[in-house]
Amino acid sequence: MANDLILRVVTKWLSPIIILFALYVQFHGDYSPGGGFQAGVIFSSAILLYSLTYGLDAALQLIPEYILRIGASLGVLIYGGVGVASMILGGNFLNYSVLASTPVAGQHLGIIIIELGVGITVASVMVLLFFTFARRVAPE
Amino acid sequence: MEQLTILLIVIPLMVAPITALIPSEKVTWLLTLIVCLISLAISCYILYEVIDGSHVIYELGGWRPPWGIEYKIDSLNAFVALIVSAMGCLSCLFAYRSVPDEIEEKMIPLFYAAFQLCLLGLLGIALTGDIFNLFVFLEISSLATYALISMGKNRKALTAAFSYLILGTIGATFFLIGVGFLFAASGSLNTADIASRFDSFKDMQLVETALIFMVMGIALKAAIFPLHSWLPNAYSQAPSTVGIFLSATATKVSIYVLLRILYDLYPVDYWVNMLLPQIMLSLGCVAVIYGSYRAWQQTEMKRLLAFSSIAQIGYIVIGFSLVSQLGLTAAILHLFNHALIKSTLFIGAGILLYRANTTELGSLRGLGRDMPWTFAAITLAGLSLIGVPGTVGFVTKWYLLEAAVEKGMWIVVITIVLGSVLAIGYVWKIVENLYFRSKRKVHIQDVPSGDSAIARTPKTMSAALWIGAILCIFFGLNTELSFEAASSAATALLKQ
Amino acid sequence: MIEYIVGHINYWLIVAIMMVGLYTLMSRSNLIKKLAGLSMFQTAVILFYVSLGKVTGGTVPIISEEYSVYSNPLPQVLMLTAIVVGVATTALGFALVIRIKEAYNSVEENEISAMDEKE
Repeated sequence: MANDLILRVVTKWLSPIIILFALYVQFHGDYSPGGGFQAGVIFSSAILLYSLTYGLDAALQLIPEYILRIGASLGVLIYGGVGVASMILGGNFLNYSVLASTPVAGQHLGIIIIELGVGITVASVMVLLFFTFARRVAPE
Repeated sequence: MEQLTILLIVIPLMVAPITALIPSEKVTWLLTLIVCLISLAISCYILYEVIDGSHVIYELGGWRPPWGIEYKIDSLNAFVALIVSAMGCLSCLFAYRSVPDEIEEKMIPLFYAAFQLCLLGLLGIALTGDIFNLFVFLEISSLATYALISMGKNRKALTAAFSYLILGTIGATFFLIGVGFLFAASGSLNTADIASRFDSFKDMQLVETALIFMVMGIALKAAIFPLHSWLPNAYSQAPSTVGIFLSATATKVSIYVLLRILYDLYPVDYWVNMLLPQIMLSLGCVAVIYGSYRAWQQTEMKRLLAFSSIAQIGYIVIGFSLVSQLGLTAAILHLFNHALIKSTLFIGAGILLYRANTTELGSLRGLGRDMPWTFAAITLAGLSLIGVPGTVGFVTKWYLLEAAVEKGMWIVVITIVLGSVLAIGYVWKIVENLYFRSKRKVHIQDVPSGDSAIARTPKTMSAALWIGAILCIFFGLNTELSFEAASSAATALLKQ
Repeated sequence: MIEYIVGHINYWLIVAIMMVGLYTLMSRSNLIKKLAGLSMFQTAVILFYVSLGKVTGGTVPIISEEYSVYSNPLPQVLMLTAIVVGVATTALGFALVIRIKEAYNSVEENEISAMDEKE
């Protein structure tokens, strides 16, 4: 598919916009529909679009697989880390109110960090799934 | 001290992603063992705290119930958590030599990560007091289970995992529909809250439908008689470690969920007149006969043990559908006892697989004479399965018979006795093939001499086997600890 | 009678989707079609929960000054989790289908059972 001019140009122009939109959805999750899972899926769809147009090898050069594995674990660790941090600071598990000076600011901070963790994990896992499935095609 | 309860969830949650990244098999095994041992210690401590009837209450996120998720731990929760973590330790001890033998090297870190996530899910189900949280943990443990089963050596493991995936997801979705109906009727997701406000919405048709959906969904996960078809394939094709862990915990935790729904969420007098106890009682009796009969027909050891599991789950179903303090105590006690018996037997099968590379009874002839200690432990566990006095199996059968006689149900008494007779049949099949038949040429003799890897049973495996066998005898002779835990759990369930 | 059907039209449609999904799951022998049926069955349950939360005259549950009646946000949040669970189950199912295809060279259930019986 790399020989089709329209696909190549449109992919090159759209992929950054899709990634930007994913970041918007991620951080606007407090105020409008959005949040970690949706943002992760949108982010991974940008990578998938690139991979479908330019081939698996180009996508692997873009994001090597070990980064994806580390990303998948990192998101869960961030999520658990926020919970453990709130336990250390005196509250129950995942009690965001103790994370900052006022409860409202604490809730804000807690939700943003948790959603970031979820977004990282979901994006990494979606792209990892695609790469794993795409690799099993028998070589021609 | 209260924070200890949530550590049961937090520690596997934080260690599992790290385990998935480390490429060494010994380090990941060590991490898994540490997680299991810490969980065992915490569950023992919590059981010790709540066994007198008190509760430990933990509010997740600091939000008060019914708006927040609450963990309300009484002796039943703590007992089930203890069973899960103890069986996790036992299978992890066994896994030290078995996992490198059965699973390819680069998958081993992911295997241990999935194992820890399965442990996390089962512990979460045992602890939580919120029905949607229960669904989430149920799915976490189920997904980890499907992945673990598919790592078996044979290609049939893949189809076994796939059919378990389809049936398990249908079951979980039915449970989710039931939770949705109950949420629509009551407006809350907290078990204690729904139970306390039950009279205000109990006349809606929705509540009855919710009960049926939830019971059907969980019955599919617990392999209660007509819905058991995924179990023989899944348990026989899974890797040995997974077989040990799952046979001891997965169905037991689903039966615990059933007990919570029937006794805690819904008041007992709601469904006692609805024909539900009679249906469950007859299904339990049929399960005992059917499971034992099919087990007798099998020629492969793990499949035989899987069918025997179906029969033992039938005993538990008989126990709690008798709706009495004694019946419920017997059912909860059998959760613990059967976990001990079945894990010991599966460890024995795993050792035979490791030494002889097969579990077909025909090919294992005479092997018992070469491995006398292993054979002795397998026989001890087999005797507990039959219910010989002095072993854990006898304790359960005794209380079950007492509960059945108290209610005057003689058919149930006959069924239990018939089940034990059929159990003699299939346990004798194992014992006869292993000890009394003449030796056949087996792979164990094809190993070049001087290769100490397979010529002797590894110490960790024998240790796991003998811990299991000794616990079978110990809790059969000294029934105070387990009986006290089970009866305090039954009292807690029936009081609400 | 007509009001009973039209008033609850959303629940009737949800049950229809659920039954179509369950029928696909049971009647098709191709493993991929079974997974599609399973996914449809789960989607129907998700729609059921979301439609439970709708309050008559209520708007989207995002706080703003112009509105005072909002729909219940709790079922929607619960269903985010359920959607993720469904995605994970479908992904695991497809991974198993790919491995089955490599091991058996077929994705038809009757052919696979026949191959298993012969062994």
